[in-house]
Amino acid sequence: MQRLGHVHGPCCRNFERGGGRSGMSAAGDQVLTAEHVLEYPYSRSVGPVIGAFLTGLRDGRLLGCTGSGGRVIVPPTEYDPETAESTGELVEVGPEGTVTAWAWVGRPAPQHPLDRPVAWGLVKPDGADTALLHVLDTGSPDTVSTGMRVRPDFLPEGERVGRIGDIRAFVPAGPAGRGGVG
Amino acid sequence: MADRPGSDQVTTLDTPIRLDYHFSAGAAATPYLRGLAEGKFVGQRCPVCRKVYIPPRGSCPTDGVATEGAEVLADKGTVTTYCVVNVPFAGQSIEIPYICAQVLLDGADISFMSLIQEIPADQVRMGLRVEAVWVPPEERGPTLASVEYFRPNGEPDADYDSYKAYL
Repeated sequence: MQRLGHVHGPCCRNFERGGGRSGMSAAGDQVLTAEHVLEYPYSRSVGPVIGAFLTGLRDGRLLGCTGSGGRVIVPPTEYDPETAESTGELVEVGPEGTVTAWAWVGRPAPQHPLDRPVAWGLVKPDGADTALLHVLDTGSPDTVSTGMRVRPDFLPEGERVGRIGDIRAFVPAGPAGRGGVG
Repeated sequence: MADRPGSDQVTTLDTPIRLDYHFSAGAAATPYLRGLAEGKFVGQRCPVCRKVYIPPRGSCPTDGVATEGAEVLADKGTVTTYCVVNVPFAGQSIEIPYICAQVLLDGADISFMSLIQEIPADQVRMGLRVEAVWVPPEERGPTLASVEYFRPNGEPDADYDSYKAYL
């Protein structure tokens, strides 16, 4: 049990009104507060399709799957979102792609993946018909635009473990074009 | 596309769920918690039905009005009901079997859950009179951990009629 001990701010001055028998401490006109953390270690099974996608990330590749009408869905799903049929085989896409939408995050919160201002963006990898959500690390909102070309900046091999964070961020694709695996 | 031969596919994803939050004890529970640091049980009384609640939640669930005052209660009371815990579980810190009891403090109108020790599990009973065992003063704080447990205090068992309204 975490100990309540942090007295913070004169939030309420009247809580002893009508009391006086309790012999409170000198700091008795302040409400007790405390910082608490609730945390569950949680491990979920990912299934064969997302498992393959995450395995691809670990290998430094972006994988999608074929869906109805020949569409390529990224990240891959087990079932087609329109027909509910099982999806087809896995295909490699990208790694470069096009930004289809974005929102600038000027003040990243502690749980955000980077500690500096970034954009959340939807990136449609080349060869895919859907976009995936990831961080766009461009440095400034002036350098983000819908339609811009980006590439995934993978963590170095050995640091990749099979999770979406294996892509540190998407970054502007160089004029030379081809995105690389670090 | 085939997976690389011999590669072990990712099958699980660790996604710890974490919530950082700022807890304010509020006007009612703050005197209660400060009381625990001083070795006292401090409740609040409903101005309408005159019932005393501990821990105080700030309002009377029957009358819907704010509770008042700082009612210092005895640190002894009556076991109204109990269960014997025989099942081990993750994070358990108390040796089984142990007794988890509802204790009605003298002067209170609501019982709260507490640990009963210093009595064999098969001798605990409804109506058993118990007293709080506090941790040493220097270890007390504004937390229920200031109470180590309750133990029999040697008084004769309470009449059923005296606590039947609190079951």
